[in-house]
Amino acid sequence: MDKVTSIVGIAAPLLRSNIDTDTVIRIERLTEHARHELGPYALEALRFRQDGSEDPACVLNQRAFRDASILLAGDNFGCGSSREGAVWALLAAGIRCVVAESFGEIFYNNCFQNGLFPIRLSAEDIRTFADHAQAGHILEIDLRMQTIRSETEVRPFAIDTNRREALLEGLDDISRTLKSEDLISQWQAEDRLRRPWVWEPVRLGLA
Amino acid sequence: MNKQASQHLANGPATLFEKVWSAHAITTTDDARSLLHVDRALLHDLSGNNALNALAERGLPIRHPELAFSTPDHAVSTAPGRTGETYAGGARLWANLKVRSNAHGVRFFDTGTIGHGIVHVMGPELGIVQPGSSVVCGDSHTCTNGALGALAFGIGASELAHVLATQTLWQKKPKTLRVTFDGALQSGVSAKDLVLFLIGELGARAGTGYAVEYAGSTVRGLDIEARLTLCNLSIELGAKVGMVAPDDATYAYLEGREFAPRGVLFDQAVKYWRTLPSDAQAHFDREERFDTTSIKPMMTWGTSPEHVIAIDATIPDPASAPDSRRRTEWRTALDYMGLEPGQQLEGTPVDWVFIGSCTNSRLSDLRGAASVVRGRRVADGVRAWVVPGSEQVKRDAQALGLDQVFKEAGFEWREPGCSMCVAANGEVVPPGARSVSTTNRNFVGRQGPGARTHLASPQSAAAAAITGSIVDVRRLAHG
Repeated sequence: MDKVTSIVGIAAPLLRSNIDTDTVIRIERLTEHARHELGPYALEALRFRQDGSEDPACVLNQRAFRDASILLAGDNFGCGSSREGAVWALLAAGIRCVVAESFGEIFYNNCFQNGLFPIRLSAEDIRTFADHAQAGHILEIDLRMQTIRSETEVRPFAIDTNRREALLEGLDDISRTLKSEDLISQWQAEDRLRRPWVWEPVRLGLA
Repeated sequence: MNKQASQHLANGPATLFEKVWSAHAITTTDDARSLLHVDRALLHDLSGNNALNALAERGLPIRHPELAFSTPDHAVSTAPGRTGETYAGGARLWANLKVRSNAHGVRFFDTGTIGHGIVHVMGPELGIVQPGSSVVCGDSHTCTNGALGALAFGIGASELAHVLATQTLWQKKPKTLRVTFDGALQSGVSAKDLVLFLIGELGARAGTGYAVEYAGSTVRGLDIEARLTLCNLSIELGAKVGMVAPDDATYAYLEGREFAPRGVLFDQAVKYWRTLPSDAQAHFDREERFDTTSIKPMMTWGTSPEHVIAIDATIPDPASAPDSRRRTEWRTALDYMGLEPGQQLEGTPVDWVFIGSCTNSRLSDLRGAASVVRGRRVADGVRAWVVPGSEQVKRDAQALGLDQVFKEAGFEWREPGCSMCVAANGEVVPPGARSVSTTNRNFVGRQGPGARTHLASPQSAAAAAITGSIVDVRRLAHG
C-alpha cells in the first residue's frame, strides 16, 4: 500500500447523499475486470446515459473536473454493499480522497486497507469547498496536519490516530496483527476451555 | 455460571452486543479499536476469492481453515440444471473458490449439494452460526446472522484476508441502538414489512455507527427465519450489526444442525447462551419504540430503502420534502422509477417479480408466497421467478410440493443463488422494466442497468405477479 501524506488536486463536487457502492461500481465489472482496470467503470451509473453516451450534466464529465483526485460528496457515501471494488474503482479512476458528511462503515474501513483517504466534514464545510472547487481552486489535504485547505479557507478534520499513522506509514494490518501472535494464541487456548463447542463440533463435522 | 458471564455482572448491566463484543476482544487500543477474535469466516465467490488470492500473493496460510466455510452464490447461474460453470462470467470464480478452498482445507459447499446456497442462508441452516459467536463475511448482509444472537457483520476483502491469516480483526466498537417492537402484526404483514417500516421511519443512515438490537414482544414472536429477514436489512438502516437475543426458539432451531454442538456440548452451550440477552438495566445509546399493530404491507417507491410507504399510501411529493437535498433526491428517484408524485403505488403495472435473496428465500418465505399463489395464474406479460436460498430450502420446498404450486401458476422455479438480487451472474431485470422483488436494495441499477425495483415481502411480490400490478396483498387473502 502506498504511503499517503498529502493530496493536492482538483475536487469534483458530487454533492448527493446515499451514493451506494453499487453506484460506485457495478458488480459485474468486478467479475469481468482486474482491480486496476476498473477506472473507466467508476460511477458509471452517474456518468453515462442509458445509451452509453456521457451525460454532460454529470460533474465528473465536465472538463474542469475530469482530472479530479478528490471527491466532495454528501451524506452516507459508500453505503450498501461491502464490495472493496468500490475503493479499487475510485483509485483506478484517479480519486485518492473522498470528503463526505458521513460514510457507509464498511466502505470507510475498506478505504484504509487501500490508501484511499476518507474525510468526514460538516455539510457546511463541504459546501464551502465545493463552491471554491467550482471557482477553480485547487484543494490541499494534509494528513500530518489534519487540514483541508483551498486558496482562501482552511479547516481541520478528525481521524483516528492509528488509522492516520497506518496511512502515513503505508502499514498494513496483517503484518501488525501477526506481531500479536502470542496474545491471539493465549486467547484461543483460554477460549477452548471457556467455549469448547465453538471449536469442537467443527472438527467433528469435518471428520 | 461461567467466568465471562460473572464478569459482566461484576461490571454492571450489559447489552447483548456488549457481552458478545467483550467476549471476543483480545486487546483494545487507546482509540477504542479492539482486536476481535473471529469464530467463523464465510467465503463467497466474489470477496472470498479476493481474500484467498490476497493470501496467495503474500504466501500466507489460513490460520484456522476449519473455522472457515465457503460457497459460490453470487456469480453462479440459477438456471435449472446449472453447474458452477454454466454462467461463463463466473466459471473462473467458481473454480478458483473451489480449488483454493480445498487446497487450504476450508469446507466448500458446491452447487447441487446440501450446504450450498446463499452464504447467509447457509450459515444458520448448517448451524455454523451460533449465539454469542463472532461471524464475518465479505458481504454487507452478514448482519442477517445476528438473528441467532451472533455478532455478525460484513467486511471488505482485505479485512477478510486479515481474518483468514490471523483469525482476528481490528474493529472500532459501535454505539448501541435498541429497536423495540411491541404489538401483533396484521395479517399479510411480515418481518420484511416491519423492517422496511423501520427504515422508512428512521432513514437509511440512522444505524450508521450503531449495533442494533431488535427487541420487544413482536420480535419474540417471530420465528427464526423471520428474525433472519429482520436482521438482514440492518445494513439498509446503516448498521453493520443487527441482533436478536437468543431464546428457546433459537436453541430449538439450532439443535441437530450439522455444525451445531451436540450432546453435552450443546447443553453447555445453551447454558452459556442463556447468559447473553441484555440485562434489564442495560444502557443503550439510543432507543426507538414502535407499536406494530397499525403497520401495513410496505413497498418502496424510490431508489433507497428509506423511500418506502405503506401499500395504500400515495407516492410522496418532492415539493413537500423536508430539505432541498431530499427534494432533488426524490425527484431524481421518481424520474428513474418512472413514477409521479401523488400517485397510488397500487395499480402500477409490473414486468418482473423476483422471489429470493438472502432476505426472503427461506422455506417460510416460499410458503408465504405459495399461499398467495396457490390455484392462481401469473398475469400475462409478467415474468416471475422463485430462487430458493439454498439446496436444502429447494429440496424441502419440493418435498412440500411448493415448486409445483409455483410452476403451475407460471413461475420459474430455479436453482439456489443470489441471482437477480445483485445481478452478478448475468440474470438481470431489463432496462426500464419494473420489478417487485423480495430483495434488500432498490439502488439505481442494482438488478441490472435501468431496472426499476420495488422492495416488498414475498406475499406482496407473489400478489403482484398474480395481479400484474402492484397490489395490496390483503385484497388477495385466501378464504
